[in-house]
Amino acid sequence: MIKFIIRRLILLIPVLVGVSIIAFLMLHLAPGDPAELLAGLEASAEDVAALRVRFGLDKPLFIQYFMFLKGLFDGSLISLKYEMPAASVIIPRIFNTLKLACASIVVAVAVGTVAGILSAVRRHSIVDYLSTTMALLGVSMPVFWWGLVLIMIFSVYLMWLPSGGMGGLRYLVLPAIVLGTSSAGVIARMTRSSMMEILRQDYITTAKSKGLPSRIVIYRHALRNALIPTVTVVGLEFGYMLAGAVLTETVFSWPGVGRLIVDSIMARDYPVVQASLLLVAGLFVLVNLGVDVLYAFLDPRIRYD
Amino acid sequence: MTKASAKRPAHTAWRRLKKNKIAIVGLFIVSLYVACAIFAPYISPYDPTKQNLAKSFFSPGTEHFLGCDEFGRDICSRIIWGARISLLIQLSSVILALLIGIFLGALGGYYGGKVDEVIMRFMDILLAFPGMLLALAIVAMLGPSLRNLIIAIGIYSVPQFARITRGAVLAVSANEYVIGAKAIGESDAAVILRYVLPNALSPIIVQTTLRMATVLLTASGLGFLGLGVQPPNPEWGTMLSSARMYLRSAPHVALFPGLAIMITVLGFNFLGDGLQDALNPRLKE
Repeated sequence: MIKFIIRRLILLIPVLVGVSIIAFLMLHLAPGDPAELLAGLEASAEDVAALRVRFGLDKPLFIQYFMFLKGLFDGSLISLKYEMPAASVIIPRIFNTLKLACASIVVAVAVGTVAGILSAVRRHSIVDYLSTTMALLGVSMPVFWWGLVLIMIFSVYLMWLPSGGMGGLRYLVLPAIVLGTSSAGVIARMTRSSMMEILRQDYITTAKSKGLPSRIVIYRHALRNALIPTVTVVGLEFGYMLAGAVLTETVFSWPGVGRLIVDSIMARDYPVVQASLLLVAGLFVLVNLGVDVLYAFLDPRIRYD
Repeated sequence: MTKASAKRPAHTAWRRLKKNKIAIVGLFIVSLYVACAIFAPYISPYDPTKQNLAKSFFSPGTEHFLGCDEFGRDICSRIIWGARISLLIQLSSVILALLIGIFLGALGGYYGGKVDEVIMRFMDILLAFPGMLLALAIVAMLGPSLRNLIIAIGIYSVPQFARITRGAVLAVSANEYVIGAKAIGESDAAVILRYVLPNALSPIIVQTTLRMATVLLTASGLGFLGLGVQPPNPEWGTMLSSARMYLRSAPHVALFPGLAIMITVLGFNFLGDGLQDALNPRLKE
């Protein structure tokens, strides 16, 4: 197992290097002079020249790349807008996003697995029909619109919940539902199909013919195995939430990393955009590795090598 | 391969698709959407960009079926014209992604070895940017415009198509007719184009349909963030972005463009699921 994890970690290195190169090149592939982009439209020629030296833009590209990486860790990569190290701007925001993602995944797992199991067990019933339709609706809904609809109902008309910002648990309810909705749909679809697959297996027939009550067959025998693929999907969805939160965070003014990226793009705060892209992608890749490890751990049929 | 035998699988698939009610609903929604896009100038009741401040926030009714927005523009007309913009974005970005993705995927799957390794590692790098983040980054880099949006969404869809194509090509390449074609000295390009790709088409078709749904969600999401199609163009996400300010006084302005997105995406998902069942009958229960 340890060997498997180490091997996978080593395989991550080229991916992370590639990601960091793309994040770094963002500023250079953009049309126009990077120094002018950083300085903004109103900057004078002297300002641009000063920036060029300050950010080392006069140096060869590969030296700039190493300066970028070094700057991310030692704090010399400075946010243009906040005038502090980019990492110190980003990391608290990542924690806010994680908080939202954790709440959302709880919502998604609770709703998704229950709906999936019910529709697999009562196939072709009204319950199955309703839950599969709802699942597809959840996947098809634009999150930002869903957020606006919930704000209209629960904040504007009923005035039960705040429409945005971060504070107590009350502030978490709507954004967590919104961000969790499409994942709930994905999880429900996955749970339903894997549960149906398992219910067809011989050992389920055996358990049933032994005269075990169907409740025990379903929850003791089938569910444990059916949930293995679901665990993978939950992990992947959690990873997507880290970035998918961009829209939810914008609708609810949640100070997470997604909104930071959009705000920084608008403010032309390139160092923060570049560093956030790298950090979020790194986190996403690690979450995916965690999912793979967990999957191998849960399903003894999977070999580590 | 003769013409008749090439037609038969498509025919069987169509017969299976016709029996699937949900897929037909999907096909209906998608057709309606495409019709709106094509015939927008003839069916939209008003000019989608014409402002009339006397009618701002006009409620839905007989005169304006879905009401008017903050500038008194007819929302129904804007949604119909918006279909045209969305379809343009979907088609061009998905075609871009298909061309690059199929090329890379076929190359990797057919040749294997180092070529495959390099291509797939590069796809891994692109896939390391979760969700719409890659599209967001590309738009941020190139600047928001319709063309750049199409490029961004196209590139962000490439890995999906490359992976699907590679998998399908790998599965097909082991077949005897491919080995036979190689043995009689057909060139690699001929083998790939004539024998491998046509037989690897089903998963690509399914993925294309489902991707149309994702692409629409991403494009409107970027529009909502102000990084997609710019106002006053009636793109659905862009419309929602400005409607957001008037949730309290005029909720209908935000309601309808969102419904348009949801129904269209649902249509593509219904159709994609149906195609999946029709083209890969073994997967069906």
